[in-house]
Amino acid sequence: MSATERGALSVTDRRQPRVRVPFVIGQVVVLAGLLVAGLGPLLWLLKAAISPTQDSVRKPLALFPSGEIQWQNLATAWQQGHIGYYLGNTAIIAAGTAAASLVVCATAGYVLSVLRPRWGGLLSAAVLATLFVPHIVSLVPLYLTVLELPVTHTNLTNTFWAVWLPPAANAFNVLIVKRFFDGIPREYFEAARIDGAGTLRVFTALVLPLSRPILGVVALLSIISSWKDYLWPLLVLTNPDLQPISVALPKIAKVTELNIQLAGLFLALVIPVALFLVFQRAFLRGVGLSGGIKA
Amino acid sequence: MPTATTAPATGVPAGSRGAGVRRRARWATLRRARHGVPALVFALPVLIVFLLFSWGPVVRGLVMSLQKTNLVDPVLWVGLENFRYVLQDPLVGQATLNTLWFTLLALLFGFPVPVLLAMFLSELRGRSWLYTTLAYLPVIMPPVVAILLWRFFYDPSSSGLFNSILGVFGLGPFPWLDSPSSAMPSIVLEATWAGAGNAVIIYLAALTSVRADLYEAAELDGAGIVRRIWHVMLPHLRGVLLLMLLLQVVGTMQLFTEPLLFTGGGPQNSTVTILLLIYNYAFVNGDYGAATALSVLLALALAALSAAFQLATRRWSTE
Repeated sequence: MSATERGALSVTDRRQPRVRVPFVIGQVVVLAGLLVAGLGPLLWLLKAAISPTQDSVRKPLALFPSGEIQWQNLATAWQQGHIGYYLGNTAIIAAGTAAASLVVCATAGYVLSVLRPRWGGLLSAAVLATLFVPHIVSLVPLYLTVLELPVTHTNLTNTFWAVWLPPAANAFNVLIVKRFFDGIPREYFEAARIDGAGTLRVFTALVLPLSRPILGVVALLSIISSWKDYLWPLLVLTNPDLQPISVALPKIAKVTELNIQLAGLFLALVIPVALFLVFQRAFLRGVGLSGGIKA
Repeated sequence: MPTATTAPATGVPAGSRGAGVRRRARWATLRRARHGVPALVFALPVLIVFLLFSWGPVVRGLVMSLQKTNLVDPVLWVGLENFRYVLQDPLVGQATLNTLWFTLLALLFGFPVPVLLAMFLSELRGRSWLYTTLAYLPVIMPPVVAILLWRFFYDPSSSGLFNSILGVFGLGPFPWLDSPSSAMPSIVLEATWAGAGNAVIIYLAALTSVRADLYEAAELDGAGIVRRIWHVMLPHLRGVLLLMLLLQVVGTMQLFTEPLLFTGGGPQNSTVTILLLIYNYAFVNGDYGAATALSVLLALALAALSAAFQLATRRWSTE
């Protein structure tokens, strides 16, 4: 937001003490509230991750009441809880999900926006329609589909394909990518065709490089949603060697002492928070976009 | 690219450059290619993935709700038997009431705060990134991490984290998740905290599209700050507000992870939700027919709700 823009308050309003004083007080109050609600739990978790269990249980508000800082909690959680291993699984799952989503929405966007075959309207209506069907109808049949794929009769459970492929059927991703492709000037495609570029070449040499920003947003959104997912991996990855951190944590929580458990939670949190802080702009843009599309 | 060798997908032979007739012929091939095989090849990923994992399961769900199946015995057509069974299960009534109670609480707690926060943040100049980042941090927390952490915060003893904070003001200790009357509100509180940031960003995006000259015009007409907010800012948000309202209702109806990990449905079934029941039918009892019947009922209810909502709001939005 640039400084020249204005909202409901004008520049003159902001100078009047009648407006400025309550506005500044409001800012302080809101900032304090957001610090407590947004950063508070994170900081508390950091403190608890390196505290003895008794400190967190007896005096949760005090800062190291027994005077002891247990850095080793983090190492113990990492080793005992195999946090690193589960984070690795989570990363593989997230990367595969992003890749599958990118393939589906980039090719679909290309067909619907650039190639525009006669049946394109039908396809895009069929994709759009899924936006209006609540996911819940298909949870159980989707599970049975993954258990035994039609035609080939393959069982995908306990393979990463079971978590990579289903999220790729995401109408929202297809829609934002198609809209972005719609914005590429048509002259580019004509010029490329006159130069002799074929369908595949226009896609790889022209469309993909031009649409890097939107593909980045799709990748980020699918990584974050697969990182947060719990129910689906719980159902289809019953082999503990393949499970992501979200499925492993509740099990770890049941069998480990509180300080180690909290250290594990902290370790599980570090990567998403770091990712968010690095890619903050793209994140918030993606979310804003989703609001714009849904509206 | 100078030569036609770069067009493998169209199958045009190399060296067809030159005579106008041949060039025109190549154009025709290309155009046909757009409508023929290459377009179909590019559509394959989306077709396969949506057929297998989206359209297929929806149809299969509708069919399965009329069958008795446990994956072991042969499939049996039972008509509406599953629906009768589900509707007679007293837990379904309880779960419906619990879910509606959750939705109502979520709207009361969770709807106004993000709107007000976004309206406030949109007036900030400079430093507003700090506010949005802080507001979005809970959304970044994986739900499982957040729930396990909050389960600790909700410790019912007087030295539990929330009870210690409230104890400073002479309140509590509260039983939080341990009592049937406060378990659901406790879950709503966590879910609201976890989801508010998302809504704030969406409202903020909508507010940035309000043109400054509208405010200027209102100001010239003598509108004060309150009237500018009421007559310029809010009408601009109306579409998004209504949509978020619908999305929130539809979303909260599908609540699962929170009750499963916080309370497992207890105490005394006070936090059993419809989705938790569907999960239990299918993956605990192995009764896939009952599970899909309940899913279909829920989906129908949500579809009816969306349709009614669209009809009711059409008048307001075209006003």
